[in-house]
Amino acid sequence: MRVASAARYLSLVGAGLVVLLPIVVLVLAAFKTRDEYASTGPFTPPRDWFNVDNFATAFTDGGMLRAFLNTSIILVVALTGTILIGSMAAYAVDRFEFRFRRTVVGLFLFATLVPSVTTQVATFKVITSLELFNTRWSAIALFLGTDIISIYIFRQFIQGIPRELDEAAEIDGANSLSIYWRVILPLCKPAIATVVIIKGITMYNEFYIPFLYMPDRDLAVVSTSLFRFKGPYGAQWEVISAGVLLVILPTLIVFLALQRFIYNGFTAGATK
Amino acid sequence: MASPPRTEDRATAPMTASPTAPPRRRRGTLLRTATPYLYLLVPLAFLVVFTYVPVVNIGWYSLTSWDGLAPTKTFVGFDNYVEIATRPELLAVFRTSLYYLGASVVQIVLALYFATILSFDVRFRNLFKGIIFFPYLVNGVAIAMIFLYFFQPGGTLDSTLQAVGLEDLSRQWLGDAGTVNYSLAGTSVWRFLGLNFVLFLGAIQSIPGQLYEAAELDGATRWHQFRYLILPGIRPVVGLSVILAISGSLSVFEIPWIMTAGANESATFVIQTVDFAFKFRKYGLASAMAVVLLVLILLVTWVQRRVVPDEKVDLS
Repeated sequence: MRVASAARYLSLVGAGLVVLLPIVVLVLAAFKTRDEYASTGPFTPPRDWFNVDNFATAFTDGGMLRAFLNTSIILVVALTGTILIGSMAAYAVDRFEFRFRRTVVGLFLFATLVPSVTTQVATFKVITSLELFNTRWSAIALFLGTDIISIYIFRQFIQGIPRELDEAAEIDGANSLSIYWRVILPLCKPAIATVVIIKGITMYNEFYIPFLYMPDRDLAVVSTSLFRFKGPYGAQWEVISAGVLLVILPTLIVFLALQRFIYNGFTAGATK
Repeated sequence: MASPPRTEDRATAPMTASPTAPPRRRRGTLLRTATPYLYLLVPLAFLVVFTYVPVVNIGWYSLTSWDGLAPTKTFVGFDNYVEIATRPELLAVFRTSLYYLGASVVQIVLALYFATILSFDVRFRNLFKGIIFFPYLVNGVAIAMIFLYFFQPGGTLDSTLQAVGLEDLSRQWLGDAGTVNYSLAGTSVWRFLGLNFVLFLGAIQSIPGQLYEAAELDGATRWHQFRYLILPGIRPVVGLSVILAISGSLSVFEIPWIMTAGANESATFVIQTVDFAFKFRKYGLASAMAVVLLVLILLVTWVQRRVVPDEKVDLS
């Protein structure tokens, strides 16, 4: 039994090492000077742990500041839109009986199966013909119009809200819009939290959509800015490392702060 | 996935309950009929324009020889599909998917193992859970950079091998056609293991605790508990993971595209499709490839629905 227990911990520590080692070496590299990086191995700790020059370079020359700004703008608009679209559609589908209900549900369901990268060939033409190319609206529109899993999360949640609440509000003279806005949406807060977390992380990490539709440097988001580090900083791994860490840091903070929600959210999102 | 449609009686209930006077009822019902559509107007508009128009359009483009620029598209029938079927090198990239499929098997087995041991009492349980899951949240470009550094000559991997005296194993991890796909598939395991793991962990924890106690009283070993209690209990989630793994392996894109751009035989079907469209300006052929992939993925999903019927998999 003791051997089994030791093996168990050994395997866990091994997994921990495999996960952390590739990241930790970047932490070591990010604090090194250029000469220091060139003359030391990946496991050598930096001489000066307070050398933040590389972070400054990544932030200013690498355009990370602008990138975080662009990503934030897109996140705020797209998340607000996703919440409204998902909850409205879920409310309509759950609380009303109408002729094409099954068709509508089917349309949303099928859309989650389409891997968006396969249809980019045609999506590109849609974006350009709507003149959204090289604007932040291209990413926002695509986040709102593809893989709308938020409707499932809201629907599951709205199904659990007793209809008596709607009916009570209706007797008090509320129309359907105020039932949606004052009864359903406020009660959906946990579902909103789930959507914000899983969609927020997905949007923050999205690379190909901004890469393809927003090539303008002023519109670069976090992913595309980091991608561009590959060119000018080709072999300057100390700067690239700093950039990578800057990108990971917000994710780490959000994860540490919201662990419980994140586990539950991704479980709900994947199993739909 | 979708919950079964409700019974009709629910729909009429609020109508009969509404105390509107007879003259106003006509207007009331008309508004009532229109209401759900008003809510669906914006969501459906986005869905149709950005998902369904592209899907229909790749179908149409795939029957043309369009270059993506010309104002007119020449109809060529099924020529593009014939080309895909008769040029072996166009389908050969699916071989790359096999590496990722193999990696998914490793990934699911590892996820099952870690989910099982972490569902029992273990010290630092939450810490290990967090460490194993975290990579799934990390930005894909950051992951690509992390592993470019990891695999580069003299990088993390080579230095580790050197530290344990295995430096003879060092090679061009990303530059050698013989190893590049293993390296990239390994990166993919590092990235996606966490999702499988958390899904399994959630499912295992929803198995009632008394069952384990009963099993222990009957003298069941840990292996027996896993084999006869845990595995059947989480079957739907394992089924779902297998399907996600298959469709994921078919549509691998981001990591190899950023890390190697498909060089050294690491191209995947999606990389090839994107290259044909945006690099070689063969929209027609690229669209046909996209259709092939879409059909394959829908087929896999359909098989899943058949094999694993709509069992309730919501175990969170």
